[in-house]
Amino acid sequence: MLLLVEPLIPALRRYAWALVRNHATADDLVQDCLERAVSRWHQRREGDPRPWLFAILHNLAINQFRQSKTRGKHKTIEEIDESDFGEDAVQERKLMYQDVLNKLSKLPDDQRAVLLLVAVEDLSYADAAKVLDIPIGTVMSRLSRARERLQREIEGTAYEAPGNVVPLRGVK
Amino acid sequence: MSQRPITEDDLHAYVDDALEPERQAEVDAYLEAHPDVAKRVAGFSVQRELLRGALAPIAEEPLPPALNLSRIIESRRQRRLPAWRAIVAMLLLCIGGAGGWLLRAEMLAPSASAGLVALAQEAAYSYNVYAPDRVRPVEIRASDSAQLVQWASNRLHQPVKVPDLTTAGYRLMGGRLVATAHGAAAMFMYDDDHGDRLVVLTRPMATDQSQPMTPHSGGDVSGFAWADDGMGYSLVGQSSPDILRPIANEARKQARTI
Repeated sequence: MLLLVEPLIPALRRYAWALVRNHATADDLVQDCLERAVSRWHQRREGDPRPWLFAILHNLAINQFRQSKTRGKHKTIEEIDESDFGEDAVQERKLMYQDVLNKLSKLPDDQRAVLLLVAVEDLSYADAAKVLDIPIGTVMSRLSRARERLQREIEGTAYEAPGNVVPLRGVK
Repeated sequence: MSQRPITEDDLHAYVDDALEPERQAEVDAYLEAHPDVAKRVAGFSVQRELLRGALAPIAEEPLPPALNLSRIIESRRQRRLPAWRAIVAMLLLCIGGAGGWLLRAEMLAPSASAGLVALAQEAAYSYNVYAPDRVRPVEIRASDSAQLVQWASNRLHQPVKVPDLTTAGYRLMGGRLVATAHGAAAMFMYDDDHGDRLVVLTRPMATDQSQPMTPHSGGDVSGFAWADDGMGYSLVGQSSPDILRPIANEARKQARTI
């Protein structure tokens, strides 16, 4: 189990962070996910454990969303942190990345999940359908809507003058 | 080129590099002829690269200690221990309370007593430990069966014969010595064309030196135990007793002719 699961932990963390945009919350989710995976290891089906693990994590994240919405909790949204500041190219790339993440967070939860699983985590459409427990046709339509919407957001800012593209928060 | 029309799904699969090469070529051709669609698809690809680039650093961070999987597995094992102890204690109580009567009534025919019961239990343990092992189920393989017989006979201080179960469809895989509360025993393992495995365990008997064929079962396995001239045998497998009984009879017939 160690050999199959351990290499997947960085990707699980990335997915969790992309959903909640907060390191502490994301790591709590991944830890919960791993504990459940250990205790339910015998229940999984044979084959690639990736969709199974992402499904556990996804469901935990969804529950977390529901709870924080009903309790009205607000967690800090983190910016990406690249330590080698200074160089213009790095700075510019950082702004672009920050921008796309901020726009991603405007998508509805279900569209964002599909886009992350497919475009970032490289899950097949069939595996993404398993993770989200929806038909593959729904995966395709959500993916399409997610991309169209993100594109509109990106193009919407392209007309603005360069320089004020990203309203950076004064975190740090 | 096929006449299948290009779909939205094809365009997304194109972006995600999930198309068969032939279909990808068709989409390429389509996009060349439709620059407006090509622009939209290019936008999707840029999004994809931006998202991947933006999130890559997260996956490259060193894992925090709380996500150390070995530690999670270890702490779970420790948490479970008290529960297991409670279960074991309860089982022991049950066995202590109703033991002898239960064993007589349920596990074995009335004629069998402790010696054969113990042997049957040991055979079942050996089956549960060694039969699921895909790496090293036996210590000495069937190809060295002469050496196996020599070794087992020396250690058991009795001539040991390996039953030949090929007529029942089971080939000898090999065997090993196993430790029991009553000294060393020899275990032989067999499998059939489906990979189903059988175990025959044999050792000298201090009590129950001659006993008729007796069925036993527990958990997923069942089997038959018997004893002839001071040597006890138990044949154990996951098949039904109806299937195992004739195989056990065959093994007994062969073991008697030593």
